[in-house]
Amino acid sequence: MATTLPKTDIVLVGVGWTGGIIAAELTKKGYQVVGLERGKTRSMNDYLMVHDELRYANRNEMMQDLSKETWTVRHDPSQRALPYRNHGSFLVGDGLGGSGEHWNGLTYRFFPYDFEIRSKTIERYGEDKIPADMPLQDWGITYDEMVPYFEKFEEMIGLSGEENPHPDVPKIKYPTAPLKETPAMKMFREAATSLGYHPYTAPAATLSESYTNKDDITRGACQYCGFCERFGCEYGAKASPIVTVLPVAEKTGKFEVRTESSVRRIIHENGKATGVLYIDTKTGEEFIQPATVVAVTSYILNNVRLLLLSELGKPYNHETGEGVIGKNYAYQMTSSGSTGFFEDKEFNSFIGTGALAGVLDDFNGDNFDHTDLDFIHGGNIALGHYGRRPIANNSTPKGTPSWGKEFKDASIYWAHKYMSVGSQGSVMPNKNNFLSLDSQYTDQYGDPLLSITFNYKENEINQQKYIREITTNILKEMGATEVSTPGDQGDWDTTKYQTTHNTGGAIMGADPKTSALNNYLQMWDCENVFIPGANAFPHNSGMNPTGTVGALAYRAAEGIEKYLTNGGGSLV
Amino acid sequence: MSEKEQNLTEKKSTRRNFLKNSGLTLGGLVLGGAVTSLVVKNDETITTSAPADSEHGHEATNYNKALMFFTPEQYSTIAAATEQIFPKTEVGPGAEELLVPYFIDHQLAGSYGLMSKEYTKGPFYPKEATPLFGHQTHLTRQDIFVLGINLLNSEATKRFEKKFYELEAEQQIEILTAVEADEVELNAATTPSYFFKLLRSATLEGVYADPLYGGNKDMGGWKMKKFPGHQMSYANMVEKEEFVDIKPQSLNAQHNH
Repeated sequence: MATTLPKTDIVLVGVGWTGGIIAAELTKKGYQVVGLERGKTRSMNDYLMVHDELRYANRNEMMQDLSKETWTVRHDPSQRALPYRNHGSFLVGDGLGGSGEHWNGLTYRFFPYDFEIRSKTIERYGEDKIPADMPLQDWGITYDEMVPYFEKFEEMIGLSGEENPHPDVPKIKYPTAPLKETPAMKMFREAATSLGYHPYTAPAATLSESYTNKDDITRGACQYCGFCERFGCEYGAKASPIVTVLPVAEKTGKFEVRTESSVRRIIHENGKATGVLYIDTKTGEEFIQPATVVAVTSYILNNVRLLLLSELGKPYNHETGEGVIGKNYAYQMTSSGSTGFFEDKEFNSFIGTGALAGVLDDFNGDNFDHTDLDFIHGGNIALGHYGRRPIANNSTPKGTPSWGKEFKDASIYWAHKYMSVGSQGSVMPNKNNFLSLDSQYTDQYGDPLLSITFNYKENEINQQKYIREITTNILKEMGATEVSTPGDQGDWDTTKYQTTHNTGGAIMGADPKTSALNNYLQMWDCENVFIPGANAFPHNSGMNPTGTVGALAYRAAEGIEKYLTNGGGSLV
Repeated sequence: MSEKEQNLTEKKSTRRNFLKNSGLTLGGLVLGGAVTSLVVKNDETITTSAPADSEHGHEATNYNKALMFFTPEQYSTIAAATEQIFPKTEVGPGAEELLVPYFIDHQLAGSYGLMSKEYTKGPFYPKEATPLFGHQTHLTRQDIFVLGINLLNSEATKRFEKKFYELEAEQQIEILTAVEADEVELNAATTPSYFFKLLRSATLEGVYADPLYGGNKDMGGWKMKKFPGHQMSYANMVEKEEFVDIKPQSLNAQHNH
């Protein structure tokens, strides 16, 4: 029998970026916030032994313990979904700060085109440009309406950046200067410029200089140590919840974090949530935390699963296209990257940080004419200098064996003589890419796992063929003696790391029939539930998602405040 | 039997050979007290006479060089296989010299081998799952390594009438190539190529993981690849045109106080 606790204003399901932002914003306004975090507590002291590739990058120290809970995966609805038994394609974080602790820190704004993608695609190319099986949707909010929230997130983290020179991309005033440029990034900039593109230094949440934000949080500059993505930052130079928003919320005295507290259900009746049911994983005891507002702020996959388990909102049916929970699941297409080998160069490739990159948007969004192309959207193109570590990085020119004497000598010879130019390719929604509850496999408590039905479709396959030529050309222009161009995009490989940019499943929009959330991230079907994660994306753009996730969390925080001030009701 | 005894007297030069031969003599049994002392005795003798790279002219005892999971024969098989995957060359040390086989033994004994942080609930459909779905068997990595080792040895017996670790390099490569390509039979809920994939990645981990895990001996993997390991800052080097050669440092430097 669960114990019912005293009511709070807002309860958070998960304490990472989105939960942390809501906690900071609402406690500053005087509201009581309780944060329930399934994982352990965490501070910067936990990162003193962090320069350990095996523990963090291979054994996934900071990631969800899959023995307790995982997902099932399949390519299409006709297949049997199988468990994602080991970490592979994506890496979902666990513990205080969530995936916001181990991210790279590349922080972009989605384009004006993204927020009105359906309208703008039809306007420029006509309705026929959108395939029948692609439920492409506007987001119910415009870029201009999003700007104040982007600015809040960028100010809070102290985003380090350089103005994007592309004429069609809105200008951003960055709080701090761009990161330092490596010789390889300079070569990328020169080559891309001579090809007529618009390269610039990527916006980074790994600070270029020491910075104090409006909440009076001061952080130091990045040391380019080369242990960033998949790792926590021992300097606090990489913006993460534990060094930014969580201390702000704690200082108010109105924020209570309960770690090792795993939420199992949102409790609701007559279209309103009354609170959440959670289990204290140390004692095994169950508690009900009543709240005026429930903010679902875990990773997108776990957010959608909790809605389905709680029977909140209408589940998506891929056969009829009806229902919204699970709809428009998307991902990121990363297979357009080429690798250039430079016989006469020796790069300091072990130096870097998760967000150190030269990047360009000439083939992203609708920044180029798609009239004669067999796809819409595109992807950014970047040369990353993230810090190459030796277990993971053993690239050799094509034709080299993958083991034995020739492999060994070549992998060492080329260790500092190659650079890759990659792309974060957009993924458009498809009616057969969706999230649902698995019918066979369960978690440690016996609840069904979430099933991911996903594959790359025509739009991504065609996009990849186009973009890989550009990444190859840039490397040739950079003077590579040999370039490896990838083959075609095949079926989704669930074992090979691609990105942790899972999106959709509880999307925002203007119409309750086709979306789960309004533009305040408030559930249409349950007015006191807000879900401000990447689950709200109706499609995934051609860049890293966290900048847009952060902005949506500020938007939701404003919505929650309005909701509490108004005494309830739909905000739209 | 007499031939085997002869082998024992002839090949005394290295520890690996000794283990090979003790395996032969005793038919691969797990060693009892008397034989254990024999192994230790021989090992000590070799340690003092082996070429040493420490400043004192001989190697300090490395207490990590003992087995947590493998039998000595399984160890010898894995040692030979990893050395073919990452051999000693003019460029630098191979897997054995870097103590990769001990690294793998130690990893298999714990969470990695038992898959304690991975989803191991059934039902399982190993035949139905393509490689794009990864690990889809009830077998743990411990099980798969043991099956793989047995496969290497049975294949060696079938083709050359010897144990895998007794073969010439070319013969070992021939078998590993067949295993990688699934050109050998394995009666188990996994494939030879899946074992090979695990073995290859574990070998590279042992070459390049921080020495705290027992491989990458004396940071030999890092020195070879010019990877500086654990360093506090590269802020003054990030813009440098020329390559910066930095003496590597392990995490021990962070905790050694």
